[in-house]
Amino acid sequence: MYDVLTILVDGVVYASWLFIVALGLTLIFGVLRILNIAHGSMYAIGAYAAVTLAPLAPALGLPPVFSLLAMLIAALAVAIVLAPLMERGLLRLFYGRDEVLILLITYAVFLILEDVSKLIWGVNPYYLFEPRNLFGTVEIGDLFYVGYDLMLIALAAVCGLAVWLGLNKTKVGKIVLAVIHNPDVSACMGVNIARIYLLAFFVGVFLAALAGAFTAPLISVQPGISVSVIILSFAVVIIGGLGSIPGAAIGAVVVGIVRAAAVYELPEAEIFIVYLVMAIVLVFRPEGLFQRTQARKI
Amino acid sequence: MSGTPLKQALKGLMAGAALAAFGVGAAGQASAEETFKIGVVTFLSGQAAESFGVPAWDGGRLLIEKLNAGEVPAPYDTVGFGGMKIEAIPIDEAGGATKQVQEFRNLVQREQVDAVVGYVSSGDCLAVAPVADELKALTILYDCGTPRIFEDGQYEYAFRTAAHATMDNVSIARYLQARGVEIDSIAGLNQDYAWGHDSWRDFTASMGQLYPDADVVAELFPAFGAGQYGTEISALMRERADVVHSSNWGGDLQSFILQSMPRGLFQRSQVVFSAGDHVIPALGNNFPEGVILGARGAYGLMSPDTPLNNWWFETYQERYGVIPVQAPYRMAQALLGLKSAIEKAMAANGGARPTTDEIRMAMKGHEWEAPGGLIQMKLGNGHQAIQPTAIGTTAKDSDGNITVVDIERFAAECVNPPAGQNSVDWINAGFPGAQCE
Repeated sequence: MYDVLTILVDGVVYASWLFIVALGLTLIFGVLRILNIAHGSMYAIGAYAAVTLAPLAPALGLPPVFSLLAMLIAALAVAIVLAPLMERGLLRLFYGRDEVLILLITYAVFLILEDVSKLIWGVNPYYLFEPRNLFGTVEIGDLFYVGYDLMLIALAAVCGLAVWLGLNKTKVGKIVLAVIHNPDVSACMGVNIARIYLLAFFVGVFLAALAGAFTAPLISVQPGISVSVIILSFAVVIIGGLGSIPGAAIGAVVVGIVRAAAVYELPEAEIFIVYLVMAIVLVFRPEGLFQRTQARKI
Repeated sequence: MSGTPLKQALKGLMAGAALAAFGVGAAGQASAEETFKIGVVTFLSGQAAESFGVPAWDGGRLLIEKLNAGEVPAPYDTVGFGGMKIEAIPIDEAGGATKQVQEFRNLVQREQVDAVVGYVSSGDCLAVAPVADELKALTILYDCGTPRIFEDGQYEYAFRTAAHATMDNVSIARYLQARGVEIDSIAGLNQDYAWGHDSWRDFTASMGQLYPDADVVAELFPAFGAGQYGTEISALMRERADVVHSSNWGGDLQSFILQSMPRGLFQRSQVVFSAGDHVIPALGNNFPEGVILGARGAYGLMSPDTPLNNWWFETYQERYGVIPVQAPYRMAQALLGLKSAIEKAMAANGGARPTTDEIRMAMKGHEWEAPGGLIQMKLGNGHQAIQPTAIGTTAKDSDGNITVVDIERFAAECVNPPAGQNSVDWINAGFPGAQCE
């Protein structure tokens, strides 16, 4: 019983981190049809921005909880700077071109941002200890969990809910959905497509940076952290279905729990179990769990 | 017209050429005007840069500066290498083995270096060693860990001036026994590549000899660079192993410590980090107390109290504001080994600049004093070093700073296999021939 509970808790904690990143990735794909490899860089820069800004809160004599606010502001700042620069300054020039070409462009951006990060922050690691102590520890079964890690579950739920409500219950969201379904008809109806694209890209980048910022207290922030996260996020959105928000949520939970179960019951399978699940899903549902089969346009 | 600038320049060139020819032909003595050019290859970018590559290069260039100024204590107080100024060309090790073979060829054939000192990655060492023989280029492998280089292969121009990874884990097991730690169960979390698997294999094999009744209750191999260890920490805590072993390094080790410390892993099990000293400068007082720690040699906070080591420790700390950890120590012992071999070769040939083959022969089976102790090229037909090592336990000093206490020192012959014996076979046979004081 304890084992099942532990696997569930560990799996959901891992899934919540992964979901925030994958949510941004799937949103950008859903609206702009761009598979953004540079999403991992946004995550890393979000983490770097957080370790730069968050220590300012205690330095200014503010209560420790303000470091969480600083992390939020850091993620926002990353999105405000990088989203318009990348979407308006680069990607829009290639809209309508082959999706593979745009994929390669985002890969180039990923490589450039890796080096830009090194130029700005160097190769030495950064740490952010304080925020992780804000929520104490919680005993579940006979194990102790850090309250901060459990808080990430709530953060992921808030992000998912906010994006879902934003898309389905607001006017702007309805417009975004219209653009997803048919950008040409939406444009004919007077929708400013460029603005919708920028908005979606902005939210996507913000979510990646937010995940990075709130992961920073758990890890040593240094070059290379962008790589593993983007690979796992791709696995999540492919399992769930590219462009599907419920799919990203289910994909993240599947990856998190399957991986946790592997660590406990079959440790030697931990590395490839996620990709095994992805392969199985692709065999039976090549479009992912939550993506409707679509006729191919010729 | 004899005074035209062109003619003057030609005269100058001819005179210079004549002097140079005379200088070489007349004596062949090495002098301060001569240089000894080395390529220094280590990680200057990527995940191994912060932990190993950059501190190693920092240590290397500091030592080269001091050697060139003749400011290193005896017996290394002669200028440079036997009077020749050392010129170092740093090369980034990032990019994989194929790229490193190209870089190695560039260093030897285009830059015409006299020797190459480098390589943290075992994959790079394995790739470069045969090329060193092919090009007949003197190559000093200063850090990489895999025993396979000279256990599976035989090279004439490649030397490794530091003990291989078997020492690290045998010494940890011996430390546990020496400190009387009672162990019924062990668990491990190691990176999923050769280093992690080899370290765990050597540790469990050593524990099998010293603690034959101890059970392995968990073997975890998360991906290199995984970053998130929440599930693994739960699994380790659930097993309540008496000892948790990890050979993790760099960001992986730091993340593992940061994530496991508030969850109480260090209270529930005795944690041992076989190569963990290098994260102390980064984590500072956030490094947990009570951890059994290896440094891949008697380095840093576990280094011996000798004039050479005290000079090295203080010089490094004064220059960079942090304590030297394993990487700069290993670079220093490589450079000092090269220096002493060159000077040994020069002494044998009357003080002339030695050839690559003369240095190579001098290096074979060579011994020299390094900051971490006596280095002896006893394995791999005189191409592989053994060295003494030390293991300790972390604690806070009276000022609240992290330090290492309860240090146990192990002789080189106690924790390294004897010549001609494969490491794993040696451990599994019960360490035959081990000489422990």
